[in-house]
Amino acid sequence: MLRGKAFKFGDNISTDHICPGRYFHLRSNLPELAKHTLEDVEPSFCTMVKPGDFVVAGLNFGLGSSREHAAIVIKMAGVAAVLAKSAARIFYRNAINIGLPVLICDTEKINDSDTLEVDLAGSTVKNLTNGTELTLGRFPDVMLRILEEGGLIPYIKRHGGFEFK
Amino acid sequence: MGKTLAEKILSENSGSDAHAGDIIIARVDLAFLQDGTGPLALRQLEESGLGQAANPDRVVLFLDHAAPCPSRELANDHITLRQFARKSGVQICDVGEGVCHQLVLEYYANPGEVILGADSHTVTAGALGAFATGMGSTDVAIAIALGKTWLRVPESFKVEVSGRFAKGVYAKDLALHLIGSLGADGATYKSLEFSGEAIANMSMAGRFTLANMAVEAGAKTGLFPTDGTTQAYLESRGRGALFHALCPDPDAVYEQVITIDASSLEPTVSRPHAVDNIALARELAGTKVDQVFIGTCTNGRLDDLAVAAAILNGKRRYPKTRLLVAPASLDVLKEAISAGYIQTFLEAGAVLLPPSCGPCVGVHQGVLGDGEACLSTANRNFRGRMGNPEAHIYLGSPATAAASAIAGEIVDPRELM
Repeated sequence: MLRGKAFKFGDNISTDHICPGRYFHLRSNLPELAKHTLEDVEPSFCTMVKPGDFVVAGLNFGLGSSREHAAIVIKMAGVAAVLAKSAARIFYRNAINIGLPVLICDTEKINDSDTLEVDLAGSTVKNLTNGTELTLGRFPDVMLRILEEGGLIPYIKRHGGFEFK
Repeated sequence: MGKTLAEKILSENSGSDAHAGDIIIARVDLAFLQDGTGPLALRQLEESGLGQAANPDRVVLFLDHAAPCPSRELANDHITLRQFARKSGVQICDVGEGVCHQLVLEYYANPGEVILGADSHTVTAGALGAFATGMGSTDVAIAIALGKTWLRVPESFKVEVSGRFAKGVYAKDLALHLIGSLGADGATYKSLEFSGEAIANMSMAGRFTLANMAVEAGAKTGLFPTDGTTQAYLESRGRGALFHALCPDPDAVYEQVITIDASSLEPTVSRPHAVDNIALARELAGTKVDQVFIGTCTNGRLDDLAVAAAILNGKRRYPKTRLLVAPASLDVLKEAISAGYIQTFLEAGAVLLPPSCGPCVGVHQGVLGDGEACLSTANRNFRGRMGNPEAHIYLGSPATAAASAIAGEIVDPRELM
């Protein structure tokens, strides 16, 4: 069970918003890069977010570039999971690969600063602030297996390759 | 049941009867990294304990996003990538050779291949009939080590483009129109498969532009059937023997069919800060531009420079509007010099940049000031994309860019043609 505060964002938050190109030179210095997470959308995000909190967004979260750094810096900020109405393809795969759950659900009734309780096993989200409850979309089986192992690198270390069948 | 291009390529690759929705293990025929995603991929490769490249001849590192390097940190990343290439025997294209996607087209991609790049615009090679898709550093690192990846076979949208383009209207205008109507997530996860009279008559350069922008509607890949135009291109690059004919089955099943009449299109522009926020160039007439950028993996090819040079020939940029030109590769630059285009640009007051990605991704060369507007031939205009969240980016064709550089404001290029 995960419990934390929601940081609410809108639709179409791109990887340029999450991890701006002007910090390209910091990509091999992840702790420094992570200080700028989402700063073009919410400059105070990095100072306000606490371990276990959630990034909550609308449609098409993480569109744009393939930079996996976008998923990594969100995880490094302590975010337990991203909740969004939908996610862009590359970001979604990247996040699962590094062990950051991206939970697809109708985030309409979640407001900024609401306290959420996420039950990954039960696929539900309780909004403790307004009493609503949401059902999470199912992970594709392959992605669930990768996520359960903590990401693609631990998965490959354990299995030596792709053993999905 | 007939197969789409995606199903055909992935069936052949995996030796299975692949249909949309299936999970397959695909052989990766080409895997590549660039300098922004490469260092992380190499760390992940080391962490995986696999270390080696399964097929070093078909792995390429491109030093293109920060080329030449604007900072010590990036110069050190380049050292890391060069050392890995020396040690592992993988291929490397160093500073000045060009933008990864253009070099993949010129030197590496072939019909029927599965290509993974740690860069979202890897989809560009779909124009050559390759199932090419962008992934992150970890996925590509594992593909380098194993020579394999896992893929879900995507559902396909058929994009049927009839008719002929009017004068002054190009593949870029079609791409922007298509993304505007689909929306930035309208094709998320899908394979966009292009067909129709306008596609059959389209040059390779136009097809590359269209495939390049498939990801801006969220697509996993943007595929074209291969034909005489594809074959001629491969022959011109010394790979004629690797051509093979690919087309979808007539009874292939598509999730959606989108029809567009090319003759109805007009010069189109994306407004800040979203690619799908489109308008006609003439509707934006009078919008002041401080900078015009012609180049990138979308529109930095010889055909694009030819269109821009024809408009700029004998003219000057508007005095308050900077004009930057970055050919997509060294080969393009050399051909553009031979054709006289570069001389035309310089006489028009342009700054010639090295073949690289720099300005498009906000790394260096052409970063905008607060409140400034740029008309760019690139593929993205997200807030902050060109290095400053307080700037505004418009996207258009090379013709719209060249005409707007002369006018100092957005204009319909047909007014100057």
